[in-house]
Amino acid sequence: MLRVEHVDAGYGDVQVLWDVSFNVAEKEFVVLVGANGAGKSTIMRTISSLVPLGGGQIWFEDRRLDLVKPYKIVEHGIAHVPEARQLFPDMSVLENLELGSLTPQAKARRKETLEWVFELFPRLKERRKQMAGTMSGGEQQMCAIARGLMSRPKLIMFDEPSLGLSPLLTQDIFRLALQIHGQGITILMVEQNVKQTLAICDRAYVLENGRVILEGKGVELLENQQVKQAFLGI
Amino acid sequence: MEVFIQTLVAGILIGGVYALIGLGMTLIMGVMRIINLAHGQLMMVAMYITFLLYEYLGLDPYYALLIAPPALFVLGVAIQKYLLNPLLEVDSIIPQNQILMTVGIGMVLTETMRFIFHSDYKSVKTSYSSATFMIGSICWNVPMVVAFGLAVLLTACLFLFLLKTDTGKSVRATAQNKDAALIMGINAEWITQLTYGLGAAMAAAGGTLLLPIYYLFPDVGAPFTLKAFIITVLGGMGSTVGAILGGLVLGVAESLGATYISMALKDAVGMVIFVLVLLFLPGGLKTLTKV
Ligand SMILES: Nc1ncnc2c1ncn2[C@@H]1O[C@H](COP(=O)(O)OP(=O)(O)OP(=O)(O)O)[C@@H](O)[C@H]1O
Ligand SMILES: [Mg+2]
Repeated sequence: MLRVEHVDAGYGDVQVLWDVSFNVAEKEFVVLVGANGAGKSTIMRTISSLVPLGGGQIWFEDRRLDLVKPYKIVEHGIAHVPEARQLFPDMSVLENLELGSLTPQAKARRKETLEWVFELFPRLKERRKQMAGTMSGGEQQMCAIARGLMSRPKLIMFDEPSLGLSPLLTQDIFRLALQIHGQGITILMVEQNVKQTLAICDRAYVLENGRVILEGKGVELLENQQVKQAFLGI
Repeated sequence: MEVFIQTLVAGILIGGVYALIGLGMTLIMGVMRIINLAHGQLMMVAMYITFLLYEYLGLDPYYALLIAPPALFVLGVAIQKYLLNPLLEVDSIIPQNQILMTVGIGMVLTETMRFIFHSDYKSVKTSYSSATFMIGSICWNVPMVVAFGLAVLLTACLFLFLLKTDTGKSVRATAQNKDAALIMGINAEWITQLTYGLGAAMAAAGGTLLLPIYYLFPDVGAPFTLKAFIITVLGGMGSTVGAILGGLVLGVAESLGATYISMALKDAVGMVIFVLVLLFLPGGLKTLTKV
């Protein structure tokens, strides 16, 4: 479904990604792990066309994604739930959700999608009139995920959804991710909770200094010596 | 007391029009984070359009509201597209270059109009230009009352657009978080063009409304750029509700200054208010209105 091929990318003169290749199959749950600054968010931003490629290609269902303008990515069926939520703080929860469904197809199904999303996140229904910026961290994360779902994506990308959340809330978020995955949506996730995410995902890639250094089934990587040393402190 | 109320009324009426003009600059400030220093000059161009329509076609200035603001909208979109946005690509993240560009645009507009129309004072003398009516002992100037009413109406339309339509929400979203807006599928570049166009159209509407009571000359724009800037800062740099309040405050302050101090010091009073707000309410009137 998604193929990232030999991608080089960076900011200005600073190259961050070096020959990064990986793929995500339809209905898969794939995780990217790596230390701070490894380039995980940058990968997601290149997929969303927010960061231009220096080399390589990105394919999504037989289309070159890296030639698509940033604002057109969502039309291809990709939702990006960015690092640190990036909500529209001075707009209500409902307005944030509406803005998640601007493509013609998503707009036509807005009402129906809203009901689905409110079912997944009953809390948001209660808070729909509240300004997004005044909600708690956990509520904001839910709002960000819900906003991503509003576009009815085939693939949804989560960038550190557990950032700043308590272990309990983190569990909730992961359970929701599995629930969303169970509904047939492909997931690409970046996470710092390496142990937990490796346990629930299908496959994972390990990034180091902007390069992919390991790849494998989640449960297999949990047993990998390198992973254990680098992330699990064993 | 009567004089005071009369002064207040005059201030509020002109303040409504100031608010409309200031809102245009505020909107541009909110979305693009630049101060549009060509704002008053865009207004001046609209006034000349309205003047021409009146002079050669005999069109009433209020009908020109259907022509001058749309014309300035198109001009604004073109300015953003061909003059301001390209600067972002040349030299990313520094909005200062764009501000300098707006100064240049303002000068070009002024000098072009001076070339075509010379520096002569023009005016549109309609049958109602000096018409008045009385309520109690307060005298109401008809074109000012109409200008205020239409300014309020246009402002209400703008708010409906910003609050109720998807495109309006996209404008606010782009102002709040551009990258997130892009991810949502908002064409942020078009939104900047739309915003500048709307800002220019609002300045144009303000100018057209003022024409029946103002003299028109090529340099009429600069003081209005300053007024719009004061209103934007008073409002809290990007707050639309703050800007409305800012416009009214400026109108009333000028009016009080003209009555109680001196006509010549009218503009100085606006500056004093400006300085006071910067000193004592650095967040602008937004701190009071919370939006
Ligand atoms: N806008 C930017 N301009 C310049 N450099 C940047 C920018 N964003 C990120 N970088 C740099 O790119 C590198 C990778 O950043 P990135 O955000 O992709 O890392 P990450 O793996 O997501 O890290 P974290 O786990 O901390 O979120 C870092 O060295 C960072 O300093
Ligand atoms: Mg990151």
